[in-house]
Amino acid sequence: MTHILKVNNLTKTYRSGSKELTVLNDVSFSIPEGSSFSIVGPSGSGKTTLLGLCAGLDTTDSGSVTLCGTELSSLTEDERAILRNQKVGFVFQDFQLLPTLTALENVVVPLELQGVKNADTTGRELLEKVGLGSRMDHYPNQLSGGEQQRVALARAFSNKPQILFADEPTGNLDEATGEKVTNLLFELNKQTGTTLVIVTHDMELAGMTDHMIRLKGGKLIENETTV
Amino acid sequence: MSTPLKHKAGFGWLLKMAWRDGRASWGRILLFMASTILGIGAVVSIQSFSDTLKENIALQSKELMGADYIIDSDKEPNERVVFLMDSLGGYDAREVSFASMASFSSTDQTRLVRVRGIEGGFPFYGSLETEPTSAAQEYQEQGGALMDATLMMQFNIQPGDTINLGEISLPVLGALKKAPGSNTMFGAIAPPVIIPHRFIGPSQLVQLGSRVDYEFYFEDTLSDLEVLDEVVDPMLDDENADLDTHTSTSSRLGRRYENFGKFLNLVAFIALLLGCVGIASSIHIYIKEKLSAVALLKCLGATRRQTFMIYLLQISFMGLLGGLLGVGVGLLLQQFFPYFLEDLLPVNLSLSVSIPAVVSGLLLGVLMSVLFALYPLLTTLGVSPLQTLRKQTTASTLPKKWGWSVFAAIFASIFLISLWLLDNVRYALWFVIGIGITFAILSGVAHLFMQGIKRYFPKHWNFEARQSLLNLFRPQNQTLILILAIGVGSFLISTLYFTKDMLLAQATLEDQQNNPNIVLLDVQSDQRQGVTKTIEGNEMNVISDIPIVTMRIASIKGRPVNEIRKDTAREVNRWILSHEFRTTYRSRMVESEELVQGTFVDSTTRQGVIPISVSENFVDDAGVALGDSITFNVQGVLMPTVIKSVRRVDWSRMEPNFNILFPAGVLENAPQFRVFTTKAGNENISARFQQQLVRLFPNISVLDLRQLLNILQDLLSKISWIINFIASFSIITGIIVLFGAIRSTKFQRIKESVLLRTLGAKGKQITKIVALEYLYLGALGSLIGVLLSLISCWLLAYFAFDTTFVPSWFPFVVLFPGITLLTLLIGWSNSRGVIKSAPLKVLRRE
Repeated sequence: MTHILKVNNLTKTYRSGSKELTVLNDVSFSIPEGSSFSIVGPSGSGKTTLLGLCAGLDTTDSGSVTLCGTELSSLTEDERAILRNQKVGFVFQDFQLLPTLTALENVVVPLELQGVKNADTTGRELLEKVGLGSRMDHYPNQLSGGEQQRVALARAFSNKPQILFADEPTGNLDEATGEKVTNLLFELNKQTGTTLVIVTHDMELAGMTDHMIRLKGGKLIENETTV
Repeated sequence: MSTPLKHKAGFGWLLKMAWRDGRASWGRILLFMASTILGIGAVVSIQSFSDTLKENIALQSKELMGADYIIDSDKEPNERVVFLMDSLGGYDAREVSFASMASFSSTDQTRLVRVRGIEGGFPFYGSLETEPTSAAQEYQEQGGALMDATLMMQFNIQPGDTINLGEISLPVLGALKKAPGSNTMFGAIAPPVIIPHRFIGPSQLVQLGSRVDYEFYFEDTLSDLEVLDEVVDPMLDDENADLDTHTSTSSRLGRRYENFGKFLNLVAFIALLLGCVGIASSIHIYIKEKLSAVALLKCLGATRRQTFMIYLLQISFMGLLGGLLGVGVGLLLQQFFPYFLEDLLPVNLSLSVSIPAVVSGLLLGVLMSVLFALYPLLTTLGVSPLQTLRKQTTASTLPKKWGWSVFAAIFASIFLISLWLLDNVRYALWFVIGIGITFAILSGVAHLFMQGIKRYFPKHWNFEARQSLLNLFRPQNQTLILILAIGVGSFLISTLYFTKDMLLAQATLEDQQNNPNIVLLDVQSDQRQGVTKTIEGNEMNVISDIPIVTMRIASIKGRPVNEIRKDTAREVNRWILSHEFRTTYRSRMVESEELVQGTFVDSTTRQGVIPISVSENFVDDAGVALGDSITFNVQGVLMPTVIKSVRRVDWSRMEPNFNILFPAGVLENAPQFRVFTTKAGNENISARFQQQLVRLFPNISVLDLRQLLNILQDLLSKISWIINFIASFSIITGIIVLFGAIRSTKFQRIKESVLLRTLGAKGKQITKIVALEYLYLGALGSLIGVLLSLISCWLLAYFAFDTTFVPSWFPFVVLFPGITLLTLLIGWSNSRGVIKSAPLKVLRRE
């Protein structure tokens, strides 16, 4: 079995004033390609920190993260950015759309960064797919929360990522909208074969993934296959 | 890994992103652009106008002179000069000119005028503009006078009236509106009157001591003017004559106006610098708001360079647009300058667009915008993509080394621009140091203020006062930027006022008992008694009766002047070598003099070397020191002298002062004339006295100092008008910067105010908190600005002008409270929306 993400003995500490705070302590796991995976745990357990490290948004103190076959610590910040652009997708709790760009422009940013010629056509197709074909030229502040998250989903899949990280993707949405977005997320995951990594409090959502790990106080306390 | 980690998104994508992001922010950036537009507008208007003026002077050089070249001297040409003129083919026209009193039969009034006796077809280029136009052609033949048009209007003189000049009376044939060779500045003091040359002799106005200019005009398009300048001029120098070509004269004139232009450019540049404070503050806030977008772009795969470039391009474009609009404003403004400066300009201006001014305006727009935005812009490099997941409360900071490099780049650029504007390394350096000190003091005070409040926080003050003080040093406060903007603005405005005070104080005639207000020139020795009698007959006193002996320098430290002239490495100023010195002799120093070196010798005998006293200016210009020898040629007699003392002379005192002072006992028998000073109680006495004097002694020239002072003040007010006009750009820019800085703080304050409202604070309480905060900032900024300007003007008065500086109250009484109130008003009006709205509405909008 090929693993798209391998995490070995990962430790991360932050300095808070004169104190050192260990946020992740010797965490190891790996995620098979094409699977769905959830990271759960109470607030402050280190979920988001782990996601940031796995996606190359931050650097490790010790241990290693191998993403899509590349050991992240061997890359510079800019090289990690390019790796993200080519192989990674993101969905955030607070949508994280660029407020000055329209829905379509937001979706095509990762493609434009890759220098894709007909980025707009792909962007339109994706927006149609998430049901926002009529709202392509709207700015984020003209869209509802659910619509914004759907734009974010379209953007996340626009560069055909090998792995998609989602940080509490339904955290800011009402139940009905959250359900719609979740269904869309898993549907796209299945269609594209993208590996899905979700950080969530929502056990129901976590239950929908193939694998789940549970963190507490920065330590991995459970690693199970849910399906 | 198989895929190479390289981006394919090129420059086009960066431009696209810069445009996409910028189009939604135009409103925010408008203030930033407004501050650059005015600064650049001011610089471009002055620069373009100066270039146009210089170009016009060069184009109209022949019309300005009326000839191809002139040979002139302040004494009748000797044989050698006549020979040289003959070898050049002989002159085509000549002129004798001097200052004299004129009286008018129709009005009984008198006035100092410049008599220009012309012979020949002068001017060969341009024309004598007269009303009626025929007068210019007819005055030679009909034997009449052409009189300055303004003077005719002032004295209500009509063509056909009679003007009396010395022993002659001539009919006035027309009003003289413009004539080549007439100096506009001097023309206000002694307006020109043109008469045929043949009447100069009969007028008997040229007597001993008369300051007469002899000018010989040449119409010669064939000679190489540069060769004339290089070969003939030095020969004429030896004979105390001078050759001026139309090109050299126009470039000299151009340089003189260019100097004034440079000063105005600097005033305009200050407006631009102030605008840059606005750029720095608005970009600081702008970039801060963009940091989350930067983090997201990095998260999606943009590199540090790409995110940096997006905003760099955006700011460069805004700078270019600001520059473009600034250039437009500048070119529009320069259209008004000829109206302001009408009386001061030597040529008829045809305004054109100066390409160098346009290009420099555009470059300045981009350069200054980028430079002052660089510091906040560089912070984007340090933004972590992790911020998309976890909001960081602390702003990303730059390594100190980078920060200092940005400051160094800013100061280096300001220095280079000042050098370009001033063309003088020392002045440019002082300007930059001055700017640096001002900014350093203002930021130092702002820091001290914040530290002071923190350390000595008045815990017993009421809620509103405490909250308003807290706002001044809480995270993301705008104390520094506001104190800088308000302080620099106040500093500039009050400096303008104080400088004007200083200049006017220099020219003010002190109204004291013994200060003369009338000076009589060219009084012959045999007229002494008669003049004294006339003065006393008008219930006035002779304040001083000063003998004047004219002389020229024959040698300095044993070297003849002709030899010094040829020395290209000489330390002696050219004027010293050819000047006819009007010296006096007396046994004491007067009030306007102060001994700074040596011993003042009161009297001596004619035997041996004569001990003299010289002024500090003379020491500098002649390159001499105490104990050096100078030989004077006193109307043919060589007199060896030695410098025994050096005096500091207060030249600003409106009374006769002297570079060279002889002791009593030497010059008493030399040919001499006298200068009298007296004081007329009022204008009627002055007019009556002048009429009598001109009737009795037509050769005597009367300088009415009150009239002179009025003319000076008139000129000064015209000049200060344009300075004020350009300086007003600084003021408006200051207000825009202030408005922008306060507006940017509005967004910082909204959340706190809303939170306070949510917790139950009343609108009145929030108003009070906001008002107090801006009151502190306004008062502190403006007070420091005014005080800094007071200190710098005092230093300037003490060291540069050597005068006592009495500052006006205006900056303290009007400026300080005015700017404080303005800050308060702008701050309050910006927060009004928040105070009036319901908390939830504001929170939703946010």
